Amino acid sequence: MSNETRDKEGVSRRDFLGLAAFGTAILASLSALAGSLRIFKPNVYYEESRKFKIGRPENFPVGTVKKLHERNVFIFSDDDGIYAISAVCTHLGCIVYPTEWGFQCPCHGSKFNKDGKVIGGPAPRPLEWYEISEEVDGTLIIDSAKGVPKGTKYIFA
Amino acid sequence: MTNSNQSGLSKLKENLISLKISFLGSFLRSGWPISDKSRSAVILNNFFLHFHGVKTHMNTLRASYTLGLGLISLFLLVIVSISGVFLMVYYSPSIEHAYNTIKDINYVVSGGLLMRNIHKWSGEAMIIFVILHMARVLYTNSYKDGRELNWVIGIVLLILTFVLNLSGYMLPWDQLSYWALVIVANIMQSPKVITDMLGITQYFDPGGFTKELLLGGITPGKESLTRVYLLHIVLLPTFIFLFLGVHFWRIRKDGGLSKPEAFERNESDNAYALPPKKSEGIFPTYKTYGLMELARGKTPSVDSDVENTVLSWPNLLLAEVAVFMLTLAGVVVYSFFMDAPLRELANAAIPENPAKAPWYFLGLQELVSYSAFMGGVVLPGIAILGLVLIPYLDREKEHVGIWFSSRQGKIVALQSFFTGVAVLIGLLAFVINFGWFRNWWPDVPQILIILINPGTIWLGFVIGWSLWMIRKTDSTRMGAIALFTLFLLSYVILTYVGTELRGPNWDFFWSKSQWPIH
Repeated sequence: MSNETRDKEGVSRRDFLGLAAFGTAILASLSALAGSLRIFKPNVYYEESRKFKIGRPENFPVGTVKKLHERNVFIFSDDDGIYAISAVCTHLGCIVYPTEWGFQCPCHGSKFNKDGKVIGGPAPRPLEWYEISEEVDGTLIIDSAKGVPKGTKYIFA
Repeated sequence: MTNSNQSGLSKLKENLISLKISFLGSFLRSGWPISDKSRSAVILNNFFLHFHGVKTHMNTLRASYTLGLGLISLFLLVIVSISGVFLMVYYSPSIEHAYNTIKDINYVVSGGLLMRNIHKWSGEAMIIFVILHMARVLYTNSYKDGRELNWVIGIVLLILTFVLNLSGYMLPWDQLSYWALVIVANIMQSPKVITDMLGITQYFDPGGFTKELLLGGITPGKESLTRVYLLHIVLLPTFIFLFLGVHFWRIRKDGGLSKPEAFERNESDNAYALPPKKSEGIFPTYKTYGLMELARGKTPSVDSDVENTVLSWPNLLLAEVAVFMLTLAGVVVYSFFMDAPLRELANAAIPENPAKAPWYFLGLQELVSYSAFMGGVVLPGIAILGLVLIPYLDREKEHVGIWFSSRQGKIVALQSFFTGVAVLIGLLAFVINFGWFRNWWPDVPQILIILINPGTIWLGFVIGWSLWMIRKTDSTRMGAIALFTLFLLSYVILTYVGTELRGPNWDFFWSKSQWPIH
């Protein structure tokens, strides 16, 4: 390039336009690709609702524990009330099973006590406790999208 | 042919008689190769052969040098691709039908079981042979002299091999598929542990994003199977063949396979189907030739080594066909006797106990059992990064193409092997006997376990040992040998522990016969 076509910074007009066109083409392609990625995120989940009915409180007499296999949740009932603990291990999502001292995960050996607290193995967080509420007709509803603090037990008249 | 004054019918008759030669010759464009010139032309002019050199160095043809490992990997890929197409005839990627169609393939379709076995075992064999091929390239010092990028492409091919196997065993929708999907999706989600600690998950959530990208939901379902199928039959095969094309192209452009600078012929180098002629043909051995193209580095025919090259047709092609026959025979015989596993139908309520991945991931499963994020994301990432960097951090140009470079290399490899085995087994024995932080201090913060666990301690040892070797020997090449030896033996030992010594609840057992019955 001869000197007269160069501006002060040393980039000629031709080079500048060429670079701008090239840059725009790349930017446009990348934006189009990034926008297309949105298609991977579904707007509707064809999954079971995370909120579900578990029946009336009488189904859970004091001193019992039930596992709802379809929902991967344990329903406990003791003198302080009814409470729900998730059966999904917080390590990598396997399903724990109850033991004398709490819960055991079969996949990578995580151990939890009866409150879901981690007492061994690789799990990073305690098992989740779920919110239980009562419908107008007296049936109980668990919302597995809503976690509640450990020890939240519900008493239903 | 000068048959202008023959009748049409006699011309036809003559053409019919010469049909065999003319038809076959039309495939090769320059006719059946009978001279040096046509033997060269047949390679140059054929679409499928033209990525070979016209002449091949004797060192390349030595089985003791290449061990045929790259070729075996290639042929396994060909076998796995073709057998996969046959399986696609009956397989249906929907959660209602996937399991049943696999059962049909196993029990109803004629030859279906054998075809599925061939697909499964050749895919798994690829893992073994790609890793062995990589070891051959490393130990013969063949990742240098312009071949750096091809080493990196090889690692991409290794990763693609792993991911293709992984996505493959997710398709039958049995217990293995389902729980593999759950575990892989949660490993992808595991960076959430870190973003949660920093309190930025709601703004920046790479874990949640990648999990949703794979599953198309919160739990594995029909969307997930469609996505995995798409990966397994379209996206990943496209990428593996693309990268394979570049891998081969680079071999040629980088001057063929590596070879020692001072090549010495031995007895076995004289047994060729077509030995080189000393004074006839168009490649007499007293002349040297330059390839008139912009090829980087040394081409086989350029330097004084020309007397040690032979024509690729038929010498190289015969070797390739022989390796192909052996590979195919091996796969078919193995598949005839060993059946690919199929577990029970996927059950979202009860995982198997133990829920084990296929053997080639059990080393990773052992690491994941210390920490999901460290073992599943960071450690494999660092291992891959370390392997990628080897040719860029070790740039010593001496001893290319020689097994272990020198006597010192053999010693370093052996020292690294025995020390590594002792340290890793000691570390694992300690963990199995005494547990880890949480068994001693139940309230230890999670971040401490993520940062300091048997996996990261082993990583520290590997890095430290390699650096010490570089210091001790004053050679980065020795560091590379030490590093790779430790990588290889940790893969083997961790895989063995995960496969044989871990039982229900991922507890330690000396053998499967001690597993509790329940």
